[in-house]
Amino acid sequence: MEILVCVRRVPDTSENEIALNAAGNDIERDDLVYSINEWDNYAVEEALQIAARVGGSVTVVTVGGEDDEEILRREMAMGATHGVLISDGAFAGSDARGIATILRAFVQKGKYDLILTGVQAEDGGALVGGMLAAMLDYPFASLVNSIEVLDGKTLKISREIAGGNKEVNQIDLPCVLSIQTGINEPRYVGMRGIRQVASIPIPTLGVSELNLDPQLVGLAAAKVQRVDYFTPALGKGAEMLQGSREEIVDKLFELVAAKGGLK
Amino acid sequence: MSRIFAYIVHKAGVADDSALELAAAARIIDPSASLTALVMGSGPELDKVCAALPNTYAEIWKASNESLAYPNAELVRQALVKILPSGSIVLVAHEHFGIDLAPGLSVRMNAACVSDVSGIEGLNGSSLKVVRQEFGGQVSAHVACDISSGAVITFRPGAFKPVETAAANGTVIDKSSEVGVLAAKRRYLETVVAEAGDVDITKHAVLVSIGRGIQEKDNVAMAEELAEALGAAVSCSRPVVDAKWLEKSRQVGTSGKTVKPKVYLACGISGAFQHLAGIKGKPFIIAINKNPKAPIFQVADVGIVDDLLEFLPEFTNKVREMHSLSTK
Amino acid sequence: MVEGIRSPAESTYWLIQGRMLFLSIHLLGLAGFSYIVAKRLRPLLRGQADVRFDRPVQRLGKVFQFWLGQWRHPRYPGAGILHILVFAGFLLLATRAFSLILGFSDNFFGATLVGHIYEMVREYATTIVFACMVVLAVRRLAFKPERYAVPAKYGKGHTADAVFLLALIAILMLADSVFEASKGAAQAQLGHPAEFLAFLSLPQILENLLAAVPLAGLQRLYLGSYLVHDLTFFFLLCYRPFGIQFHVETSLFSIFFAKLDRGTLKPVRWQVSDQQLDQVKSFGVKTFDDFTWKHMLDFYSCADCGRCSDNCPANAVGRPLSPRFLTIKARDYCFEHYPVLGKASNGVALVGSIYSEDEIWSCTTCGACEQECPLLIEYIDKIVDLRRGLVDECNVPQSLQKPLKALESRGNPYGKMEKKKADWTKSKEFQPDCRVKILDGSSPADTLYFVDSVTSYDDRMQAIAQATAKILDRLGVNFGILGAAEKDSGHEVRRFGEETLFMALRDHNVEAIKASGVQHIVTADPHAYNALKHDYKDVPPVEHISQVIAREVKAGNVTFQRADENKVYTYHDPCYLGRHNDVYDDPRDVLDAIPGMNRVEMARSRDRSFCCGGGGLMLFYEPKEEERIGVKRVQMAVEAGANVIVTACPFCMVNVEDAIKVAGLEGKMTAIDLTELVEKQMVCPRKSEVAVQGG
Repeated sequence: MEILVCVRRVPDTSENEIALNAAGNDIERDDLVYSINEWDNYAVEEALQIAARVGGSVTVVTVGGEDDEEILRREMAMGATHGVLISDGAFAGSDARGIATILRAFVQKGKYDLILTGVQAEDGGALVGGMLAAMLDYPFASLVNSIEVLDGKTLKISREIAGGNKEVNQIDLPCVLSIQTGINEPRYVGMRGIRQVASIPIPTLGVSELNLDPQLVGLAAAKVQRVDYFTPALGKGAEMLQGSREEIVDKLFELVAAKGGLK
Repeated sequence: MSRIFAYIVHKAGVADDSALELAAAARIIDPSASLTALVMGSGPELDKVCAALPNTYAEIWKASNESLAYPNAELVRQALVKILPSGSIVLVAHEHFGIDLAPGLSVRMNAACVSDVSGIEGLNGSSLKVVRQEFGGQVSAHVACDISSGAVITFRPGAFKPVETAAANGTVIDKSSEVGVLAAKRRYLETVVAEAGDVDITKHAVLVSIGRGIQEKDNVAMAEELAEALGAAVSCSRPVVDAKWLEKSRQVGTSGKTVKPKVYLACGISGAFQHLAGIKGKPFIIAINKNPKAPIFQVADVGIVDDLLEFLPEFTNKVREMHSLSTK
Repeated sequence: MVEGIRSPAESTYWLIQGRMLFLSIHLLGLAGFSYIVAKRLRPLLRGQADVRFDRPVQRLGKVFQFWLGQWRHPRYPGAGILHILVFAGFLLLATRAFSLILGFSDNFFGATLVGHIYEMVREYATTIVFACMVVLAVRRLAFKPERYAVPAKYGKGHTADAVFLLALIAILMLADSVFEASKGAAQAQLGHPAEFLAFLSLPQILENLLAAVPLAGLQRLYLGSYLVHDLTFFFLLCYRPFGIQFHVETSLFSIFFAKLDRGTLKPVRWQVSDQQLDQVKSFGVKTFDDFTWKHMLDFYSCADCGRCSDNCPANAVGRPLSPRFLTIKARDYCFEHYPVLGKASNGVALVGSIYSEDEIWSCTTCGACEQECPLLIEYIDKIVDLRRGLVDECNVPQSLQKPLKALESRGNPYGKMEKKKADWTKSKEFQPDCRVKILDGSSPADTLYFVDSVTSYDDRMQAIAQATAKILDRLGVNFGILGAAEKDSGHEVRRFGEETLFMALRDHNVEAIKASGVQHIVTADPHAYNALKHDYKDVPPVEHISQVIAREVKAGNVTFQRADENKVYTYHDPCYLGRHNDVYDDPRDVLDAIPGMNRVEMARSRDRSFCCGGGGLMLFYEPKEEERIGVKRVQMAVEAGANVIVTACPFCMVNVEDAIKVAGLEGKMTAIDLTELVEKQMVCPRKSEVAVQGG
């Protein structure tokens, strides 16, 4: 089975403090550490596990620039056979629709049985996977937390819905799935693994290689654009208890008792 | 101004709370636009749903089709494409169905799509300015959406205060015949209900809820001791389940359980939206967190900035002490 | 030729001439033994290289101390004394055995004075060894010391085999004694001048018992006991390489080839430099022949004494790790896959078959096992090599992946930003008291205070950094810190098998240290201390803060206020300061210099100190255990009668404070770091310019 995983490089939320910059219109990007979007990492691991079970190979692709190559290498160190960078000045400012358009052009150049994305990105809207599916006229399912290959043509998948319940579906290949965290335990990738794949070439594809009409992508074509970042004016918020820990413990006890919280 | 449609999520003849929230959002987008509810499914329960919708929905479009007995987004999308006029604005709640439906629908409609909207700044011509949260809620962003050829917008549940429920008398229009035959390459099989687990957190009036701040599995015992002293149950946020420190049945949130306690102690929980969405009613929320900037302090009633690993045992001792005094 | 009684060589055994019979037995026995040993050497020849032939004089010294001198044995006095007696007996009897077998005579030294003395010594040796065999068998069967027990998951018990071996040795002694006794009794009956048998030795006792036996009977006993001795001797010779008794032969070698450089880690491959590592296809131990030949020799040399596991903190709390069985399982694997009879087979991944992942990740590298082993068997290098293998296969527990990723991106396991590393110097209470220089080139210093990650970022441990800085300041040391330029020392990163990440951290730090131009390094973190001392090359000499303070105390530059009389202090030896680096006295000298100090020693102290639970990445790992290692340690402090535990390591502090809470001892026990205590009690000394010396 040929599996394509669409990945994205994002600022790592656990290793950064996301804050506004001095000008107040963007996040402070100076000291940011980037890594692969957490959901996408789960998707790559899932793809690798499926390929190990039924045979086939995994390709990782990202739309971005030079800096994004590092996450492609990381996923190749995990086991992905091919990495592709899609990069062109014309793509700058694309919204989700634009990205999906670009990816559609790439998918149509190859032959993939299964396309995976993460459910969402830290700074994204959980849109690209669903849009890509519609553009390709492939069936789509989001929030997937389990995949079983029934045969070469169908998958049995379950989706995470409210209350911890699972919605079980059957879906035909080729299809697009967006993968939820916790579906598996991603394997470790270390510096050595990345060094070992350092010399494998990563092709870069642009507008011409993809036969894309530049009018369909980029800032001009984007119907959705981020205007700025801001921190919302804080409301009143909680009443913060003051004093020594002992005093706070006492005060809290009174409050809990008053609200009927004791047995 | 185009028509605004709101997709109504319903179950067993009852509409979801989001129906009222979407109506509120529509009001803000354009108070003058006519608002139509989309009620899709199969069978007589649809009529119950239509009848209960408030008159903020001037029109209610009902579509009944056997294949829609279970809301399969792939089939719903097909049906909507057949009945929606071009340039429509469709509002959906951003939860598991909306996430499935919205992106593909916007492509089919050739409309813009913006998701998980938590606030609306205003409409300027055909540019709608909305607010989204990013990076787990650490910052917010203003986003401009060009709705000139229509839009599909998903809204964060609970972000918009529901409108007042006036008498229901919207006009119900049956669109079932326009829907026709639906077929999709994705078929619903069944729903597997989450395992009961040993404790049903939805039945407890007091919850001691723990998040990432508990740091390691061995510290969960601290929360259990406090819960025991209070006669409460221990619940948690998603990271605790992902790390396998508690079972899924203890999770509060969009992909976990919805709880309606009287008192909710959020210990080491940052306050991510997906978790808070699982807390309904208006419990007394106490937040204990080392980080004074944690978003939880915005929604809590009372806040304590402290190391929960130090605070919890002391509070537990206090509760036990007072309990033994009162039982003497 | 003994008068009056026919020698075995000249007798006929069931129609076979004695000489022929015994020659055959000897030849067969030796041939068998050689063949078996050759087969046992096979896997060693396929194993990885190991550098063990250097510094022969130092190695011979170890042989004298640990093999001949049985240096480690008295640590368990009962079994220790018994073994020393048996070992001494063996050495003394060896010459006798060889002379008997080679048929020179039954007295190697002849009828000289030396010969007579040797005979007497030899007869007592035989008696003592025999008595020891009886005692040891009773010990095994009746008293059943706990450390010999075999948990069900490891198979059946080893007692039967042990008693079998003891019985065989007893038979050897008995046969030898009967041989002597029957000859002596015969000579007495024949009226010949008798060899004087040592009084109350086994041969002498038997001689008296056999006095009335007719000559023919004595002749038969004489010939029979020789045959029994011969057969038993060669049976044992060939049987030993099939079990734990192989240590009789291999111990000399396992001790000669033992590791000389304590605290260091085996490189990924010996004789492969860091720069060449990219060419190495596979890191670590995945299959059996990834072990070096010396490690394989270790598997052969284990005597199953159980002392290692008896002192292992992981084992004590029910983690799946038992060093003894790490070795025994590998040995059994080797016997099965490299059999004496049959074809060799290999290639099975060890983790997943004989080892579990949790077993390998459970080790805190405290070194207690290596400290106890009388055969100097190494464990830490093997665990690290097995971990390297797992990391190479991308098989790292989820709980460790996050801190490793953070170490890669941010240089510390918490994912905190580099620019916040020196924030502890800026706290409102601290800063006015003590200015801490950042060595960024603007103001140089003579000494570097290497703070490391936990002390820099952990809210509680920052107090240790502040105390250390104040102490250095008051002692007049011209010091600075690297601040944002300092990355984690990488000590645990390396010991958890992530060699590549470790090298990246190390190279970065070495460059930063060199750029700072310092001549000395001091640290309050024993893990950093060990890393800078043993894992890093080309850096200035490093000391632990306790060594610096101790030196100043001895020089009379420091005085202390009286200690709190209500407190009873006990010092907990951190593994990486004490056991791995032999720094036991300096922290104690510092404490004892405080007037009015009530200090007690825990039963397990110094090189028997019990690990707190481990530091670095071990704080993130979630093992399966019955209780926490730290809780056991804190209870030991309670047993010693203390109410304050003094630590000298931030990780010990984390584990001990945590354990006090978990054990419900809040209010009854507190913990304080040595630096915190010193800073509190210190009366400002003379401010002479003092340089930190190299360690």
